[in-house]
Amino acid sequence: MTTPSLETAADPQGLRRIVIDPVSRVEGHGKVTLLLGDDNRIQQVRLHIVEFRGFERFIVGRPYWEVPVMVQRLCGICPVSHHLAATKALDRVVGGWPVPEAADKIRRLMHHGQIVQSHALHFFHLSSPDLLFGFDAAVAQRNIVGVAMAHPEAARQGVMLRKFGQEVIRITAGKRVHGTGSIPGGMNRAVDAAERDTLRAQLPQVLAWAEAAVDLAERLHTGLPDHLVGFADTPAAMMSLVGPGGAMEFYDGTLRVREADGRVAVDGFEDQRYRELIGEGVKPWTYMKFPYRLALGPDAGWYRVGPLARLQNCDFIPTPRAEARRQAFVAAQGGRPVHAVLATHWARMIELLHGVEVIAQLLDDPAILGGPLLATGERQRGGVGIIEAPRGTLIHEYEVGDDDLVTSCNLIVSTTHNNQAMNEAVRSVALQYLDGQTITEPLLNHIEVAIRAYDPCLSCATHALGQMPLAVTLRNARGEVLDHVHRSSRGDTVRGTRPHSAEAAR
Amino acid sequence: MSTANPAPAKLRVATVSLAGCFGCHMSFLDIDERLFELIEHIQFDRSPLTDIKTVGLCDIGLIEGGLCNAENVEVLRAFRANCRVLVAVGACAITGGLPALRNHLDVGDMLQAVYGTVPDDPELPLPLNKVHPIHEVVRIDHSLPGCPPSADAFWHLLQDLIAGREPAHGLIRYD
Ligand code: SF4
Repeated sequence: MTTPSLETAADPQGLRRIVIDPVSRVEGHGKVTLLLGDDNRIQQVRLHIVEFRGFERFIVGRPYWEVPVMVQRLCGICPVSHHLAATKALDRVVGGWPVPEAADKIRRLMHHGQIVQSHALHFFHLSSPDLLFGFDAAVAQRNIVGVAMAHPEAARQGVMLRKFGQEVIRITAGKRVHGTGSIPGGMNRAVDAAERDTLRAQLPQVLAWAEAAVDLAERLHTGLPDHLVGFADTPAAMMSLVGPGGAMEFYDGTLRVREADGRVAVDGFEDQRYRELIGEGVKPWTYMKFPYRLALGPDAGWYRVGPLARLQNCDFIPTPRAEARRQAFVAAQGGRPVHAVLATHWARMIELLHGVEVIAQLLDDPAILGGPLLATGERQRGGVGIIEAPRGTLIHEYEVGDDDLVTSCNLIVSTTHNNQAMNEAVRSVALQYLDGQTITEPLLNHIEVAIRAYDPCLSCATHALGQMPLAVTLRNARGEVLDHVHRSSRGDTVRGTRPHSAEAAR
Repeated sequence: MSTANPAPAKLRVATVSLAGCFGCHMSFLDIDERLFELIEHIQFDRSPLTDIKTVGLCDIGLIEGGLCNAENVEVLRAFRANCRVLVAVGACAITGGLPALRNHLDVGDMLQAVYGTVPDDPELPLPLNKVHPIHEVVRIDHSLPGCPPSADAFWHLLQDLIAGREPAHGLIRYD
């Protein structure tokens, strides 16, 4: 199959336009547009991010100590990742790097709580309906309530795994969403022994649930019909932090990039120098930037981050249960790198298991109960904080003036790293399932399933929230509506010529 | 446990995040296993948790986030038109919240500074000059303060509405 870029049609005039707006069961607001020729051949596909919040601008001029609390409001799903990436950057500014052992371990505990809760949310609450019921199941069933009806035990375990992660965050950050625990140079609290004991007592049960979650994801993946095994298979380079010896690492490490064929291209790259590795491109049709490897340029330099990249970029997982599961994953792919997006869900649940194992180790460590929590040192002008958020590598960079006010801020969030990869996945699915076809509701959901596998947090990437599409309108080049398909609240597909803008006023 | 065809007596609840961070939705999900009790009494309409794309006639609409672009306004009006009871959830919906920190800046200058250009594709909804709280555009019936409101605040509000009581405001918080 020849795959033209499909990013920009050679001659958009006269092509039919199809919109998928909004995309649902992802966190954020985006839409997909397609342009088709008369023969129903796809000529252009774009995932647009339609919101802009301007955090990078309005943070400028604020006192630096406000920043770790403010930036959490970029994203309520992974607030801890922003909280910690910001404080890691500001640790450098206050000269408090490295932070004391107790603070380091409490932050790691908080962060792994975040990994567990976010991965559980994504898999059970948002994605599992597609895998359990099929891409073309009734809309009314494709949600967590449908899962609770048909698979009550799986739904309950998903909810309880998320709860456990949220409780780990609460005992380290003060509250579950938008806590205040981490401050430049360290932490403002230690862990209370009684709360630690409460969580520790739950560990045998939580570990069993996490193992069951991997079993479920693995079973769903290996049970996929043949045509879905390679669904949205888009070879891409992989980037993530890794720890010593190439260990999987979520909180602090050096950057590694592996080519799509598995060769390590960049290793041991120091986080503070990320600007020598990555550039950012801008396109006029989306508010999300396009990061790329400077060495390869904007066209060839794109890459993927997140669970699928992390699991295959590391050399091993430094906890035994998850490592055994990683080896099974690698063996199932015949040792070759896998780039088919549905494998992401399996990788994600292996990471969830690793998160629970790390939490178990840290809850056993008396260091989290106290000791020096704050380091100070020589003030610096700026700093970079890089962390592996649930969705992938997250970069915060700040400069601070002598008056303590922030003078510049640059953020590259996980979903932004995946911008090109998600566009490629959507284009691949469009070519495979929509090219030359009459559009139907189940075909539309294929596009959303591919986007969901990335677990995009479009709310981080920009700001909004929401719904991805489920109304498609075909217009001719003069903007006249030729056809309109949308999913009604009953879950069925309604066809008519009503333009989707009229639906809101219904 | 109810059946796959929900009983008609269930209240229909729609939720949306306009210019919010999803944190209010996360706090709602923090009711944890009480979710299973709740879905005995409510049914979700349009929500980030479902694939229903447009809001239908509902008993309760929960709105997170303020208004930052023209599309937010359109969605908000659709919620008001379709929801019997509308609840402004969290600081962003009630005051504009943190995103309103951009209100002293010029949106064109900001775009220029962040992107080096102004993304101007017709596919992108027009940004508003300022971020607005939702009560400036539609009438709201209740508000749940906090950033985010606690899970218990959501729980008690919904329990009151399910029981047909006027919601009591015992659990409000302002962080
Ligand atoms: S009120 Fe707070 S938690 Fe809710 S959307 Fe706004 S920033 Fe997020």
